[in-house]
Amino acid sequence: MTNSANGADPGRIVIVGASLAGLRAAEALRAEGYTGALTLIGDEPHVPYDRPPLSKAVLTGWLAADHTTLPQLLDIDAEWLLGVPAVGLDLADPHVTLADGRRVAFDRLLIASGTRARPWPDAAQAGLDGVVALRTREDAIGLRARLVAEPRRVLVIGGGFTGSEIASVCCDIGLPVTLAERAAAPLAGALGGAAGLVAAQVQREHGVDLRCNVTVLALEGDAGGRVRRARLSDGDVLDIDLAVVALGAVRNVEWLSGSGLAVDARGVVCDAACRAFSADAVVLDDVFVAGDVARWPHPLYDGQLLAVEHWGNAVDQARTAAHNMVCPPAERRAHKPLPAFWSNQFGLNIKSVGVPPFADEVVVTQGTVVARRFAAAYGRAGRTVAAVTVNMPRTLPAYAALIEERAPFPPILHAADGPEQLTPVAAGFPAAGEPTHSPSATPTGPGPSAPHVAEALHVDPRTPPGPAPLR
Amino acid sequence: MRIVVDLNQCQSYGQCIFAAPAVFRWHGEESLEYDYAPDHGLAGEVARAAAACPVQAISTSGLPRTDEGDS
Repeated sequence: MTNSANGADPGRIVIVGASLAGLRAAEALRAEGYTGALTLIGDEPHVPYDRPPLSKAVLTGWLAADHTTLPQLLDIDAEWLLGVPAVGLDLADPHVTLADGRRVAFDRLLIASGTRARPWPDAAQAGLDGVVALRTREDAIGLRARLVAEPRRVLVIGGGFTGSEIASVCCDIGLPVTLAERAAAPLAGALGGAAGLVAAQVQREHGVDLRCNVTVLALEGDAGGRVRRARLSDGDVLDIDLAVVALGAVRNVEWLSGSGLAVDARGVVCDAACRAFSADAVVLDDVFVAGDVARWPHPLYDGQLLAVEHWGNAVDQARTAAHNMVCPPAERRAHKPLPAFWSNQFGLNIKSVGVPPFADEVVVTQGTVVARRFAAAYGRAGRTVAAVTVNMPRTLPAYAALIEERAPFPPILHAADGPEQLTPVAAGFPAAGEPTHSPSATPTGPGPSAPHVAEALHVDPRTPPGPAPLR
Repeated sequence: MRIVVDLNQCQSYGQCIFAAPAVFRWHGEESLEYDYAPDHGLAGEVARAAAACPVQAISTSGLPRTDEGDS
C-alpha cells in the first residue's frame, strides 16, 4: 500500500458496483491522486460494459454483445471481485460481506450497486420458457437468439424506453410485436401523456400493435412449459411465443437492510456531496453513493430528492463522489448537473434535459410534431424545468441553459423555426402512485427521513388502470 | 482498443461517421451507433474520428489489462 504525500495511510476504498458508475468513480479516484488500495465488487462476472446498446444495436444484431465493454480511461490498479454480489454492510466494524461469505474491510465505501430489471410478479409465469427481461449482457444475448428464431408474435409488457426500444427493434427486423402499456400512452412516465401520444402515433405508424390503458393479467404456457398466451385486462387473449417484461427497474438495496443507512426501495439517500445519510439523518463522512441507486437533493427541483436512472448521471455523480472522497472537506463539490438522457427508437433520436416529470405543462417550441422533428419545453409554475427534442439534438444545449437560469415558461426563444404562438398544454404525467416503466429522473419526495409515500413501488403491474370493478 | 461516446454530449454532427465509417453509423436520421471494440486496424480512423468530434464526445482507450475476449 502506498502512502499519501503527507505520510498518512490512505487506507482502502471499496466500491460496491462494477458497472458504469463504479468504473468511472475508480478512474476519478486515481485521477485525483488516490494511491491507496482500491477494490471493486460486482455481481456480474464481467468487467464494466455499457447497457444502452443492449436494447438497440445488440438486439438488431449490428453489434455483438461482447463488443460493449467500456474503455478503461486510465489504469485504476484495482482489485476486482466480480461475479459475487455484496449481501451485507456493517458500519460499526466497517466491512462488506459477499455472497460467498468473504468480508471486505474498508476505510471509505462507495455504494454504486445500481438497479436490476423488475421481474414479472408471478414467479411460476416468470419461469415459463419465453418470458424474459432485458438488463444484462446475457439477457441481450438470450433475447437476440429468441428474436432470430422468428417468434410468431412478441409481446412487450411495458411501454417505457426499454420496452419501446425493444418494440422498435422488432419492427426493424420484421417481427410482429404487441406492446401493452398500463398508461394512456407509451413513454408517459418519462415524457408525459401529451408527448406520449406522439410516441403512440409513431409506434402505430411502424406497425406496432399498441395496447394502452391495459395490463397483462397472466401469462400462460403449454404442457412443455413454453409461454403461449397472454391474458389482457380488456379481455383480449394474445397468442405469443415470447414475452419481454419491461416494467422498469428495482434498486439493489437489499444488501443494505439493517446497515443503519437511510435506504428504502426508492434508493439510498445522500447529500449533494454524495455522502450517505444514516437512518437518523446524520451525514456520514466515509460512505458515499452514486448512480441509479442514489437519491439526493437537487437545487433546481425544490428540495425534492431526485432518483436518476440515467447514463450521464452515473458518470457525473461517480466523478463527484470520487472527488469528495479524497479531497479536503473545504473543497467538496455539489452534484447538481441537469439530468439528461437519450433514446433511439423508430428511427427517431429523442433527447431530454431537466426533469420532465417535475412539470405540469408542455409546449412545442421549435419544429413540428407532424414532421417528427421538434423541440418541446416543459414548465411548472411559470418556470422552464425540462426540454425534449425529437430529431433536433443540436437545439438541446440552449434549453439546458434556460433551465439552469430558471427561465420563464413558456420560454421566450425568438426561434426562426418556432410556432407563431406558443400554446402550452397539460403535460399529462401519471399521478403520483401510478407505476411507470421508464428509467427517468424522478422527484421522490423530501428527505432524508421522510416516510415512504411512493405507492408506485408496491403497485402490482397487473393491476388495471382506473377504478376497480364492482364486485 | 475501446471506445465510448457520451451520447448526451453528441449532437449528431456525424464527423465520426465520415472519419471512421466502419465503426460509426447512423441509425435513423440523427442517432449514432458505434462499435465499442473496433478492429485494431481501425485505430488510425478511430483516432481521427475522436479528434474530429465537434463536441469531443468520444473517449478511447488502448488495450486494457483486464480483458475478457472481445478482441
